[in-house]
Amino acid sequence: MASAPASDVALPRARRWGLVSARPAIAGALATAYLSLVVLIPIAAVLAESMTDGWAGFWKAISAPQAIAAVKFTVIVSAIVVAINVVTGTLIAWVLVRDDFPGKRTVNALIDLPFALPTIVAGLTLLALYGPKGPAPVDIGFTKVGVAAALLFVTLPFVVRSVQPVLMELDREMEEAAQSLGAGGFRVFRSIILPTLLPAIASGAGLGFARALGEFGSVVLISGNIPFKTEVASVFLFGQIESNNTRGAAAVSVVLLVLSFVLLLAVSWVGTRAERHAR
Amino acid sequence: MRADQSRATRLTLRTIALLYLGLLVAVPVGMVFYNAFSDGLAAAWASVTTPEAQHAFWLTIVMVAIAVPLNTIFGITAALSLVRGRWRGKTIVSALIDVPFAVSPVVVGLALILVYGRQGWFGGWLTEHGIQVIFSVPGMVIATIFVSLPFVVREVVPVLREIGTEQEQAALTLGASPAQVFWRITLPAIRWGVAYGVILTTARALGEYGAVAVVSGKIVGETQTLTLHVEEQFQQFDLTGAYAASVVLALIAVFVILSMNLLDRRKEKS
Repeated sequence: MASAPASDVALPRARRWGLVSARPAIAGALATAYLSLVVLIPIAAVLAESMTDGWAGFWKAISAPQAIAAVKFTVIVSAIVVAINVVTGTLIAWVLVRDDFPGKRTVNALIDLPFALPTIVAGLTLLALYGPKGPAPVDIGFTKVGVAAALLFVTLPFVVRSVQPVLMELDREMEEAAQSLGAGGFRVFRSIILPTLLPAIASGAGLGFARALGEFGSVVLISGNIPFKTEVASVFLFGQIESNNTRGAAAVSVVLLVLSFVLLLAVSWVGTRAERHAR
Repeated sequence: MRADQSRATRLTLRTIALLYLGLLVAVPVGMVFYNAFSDGLAAAWASVTTPEAQHAFWLTIVMVAIAVPLNTIFGITAALSLVRGRWRGKTIVSALIDVPFAVSPVVVGLALILVYGRQGWFGGWLTEHGIQVIFSVPGMVIATIFVSLPFVVREVVPVLREIGTEQEQAALTLGASPAQVFWRITLPAIRWGVAYGVILTTARALGEYGAVAVVSGKIVGETQTLTLHVEEQFQQFDLTGAYAASVVLALIAVFVILSMNLLDRRKEKS
């Protein structure tokens, strides 16, 4: 680097500060450019492609029977999976925070496995045990239950990891007071613990729902991709793209995008409301 | 009586939780390991050292080697400008950074085809210059960058907020240049956040399947990453090959989790 000219050294403090604060704006512009090239322009292209033939074309694409079946199945199975997650996730978080047993650390680490494990391996993993050749006395290959199992696997961490920290910080005085006043364990949970956990449960559920709606890798091997039966939206889209129907695929993609965005907006709304409530 | 009852509840809940986790995660993952080695260690080793498997492994490394550094530089730059800067559109950009989390991998692939494919928005220009992005490695790299983009930003932003600007301002008034401030003060202060983000980015980049599958064209020995290789072997009924390659990926996942736990303890200490 060339040495700074003498005038630069004599630059008034205020101007040097000005220089410093101009940097984040430049950095912001660079970051925005990168984000645009990789993410924003491509997403805009999906929106544009879905509208090439106007509203009529868009409507025709998303009302095709196979598309409706796939989206409907995806939404229903995701909702069921999320409902199960709410119960099991809260339960697991409670056990990890309030209970103590040998190997708890390992169990805690196990929760992150679905995040770290590639989705295609997750699907294969479930097939290895519960598939047609697996040792378990069931066969979930090519069934709706199989799709649900794959989604349960990949969305496992969401509710657990969002409830756990809240439960850790929960003040136990209230519970003890309720207990000493004669409230039973379930009553304490329902009227004291649960209300505090609700925002965390809701946000975990929302994130899990968004993830389940778009999930592909873990489902693709298990579902067998039978149209009108086990075909989820992302698998349907994959087929449409492979057969060069990008326009139809784009329209259904927009439906998925809107659903996920609404969910994520709801999650951030719950989050800010809970924060305000806590203050 | 009371104590007995709550002990019973506790044990019941623990059993249910462990049973659920065992049946959903632990036993199935164990099964993959068992299946990979059921024909012996030699067979497993042979199936992960075939030319296709090796090529897939190296291609995966290439993806990670490009996507992770780029997303790390982007992540630090974006986090700094979001936390420290005041510029128009900041709130919108901050929200848009999370978009990759909300998009299905298949939609990511479609989006990239529509922009970088031969008939895409930039397709004409790219073809004129002899650059093939879709059904080729560059497209797979962009797909990998797309899906793993938010992690570093999301990890670094809260750390930057927490450390404040006092030390940086002190250094600046003492005559340090902005570059010196960044390398000597800001970066060391956010290093654990960056490390955590890098680990998450790497895990996602290694494991991405859907987005890469759409833009790769699945050309064996050319555009096949390790996750695509797993699927290919499974479809070809080479189960040992599929399970063995899965074990490689699962071991990486375990390594990722161990590093995360290590960093968690580090962060708690500091």
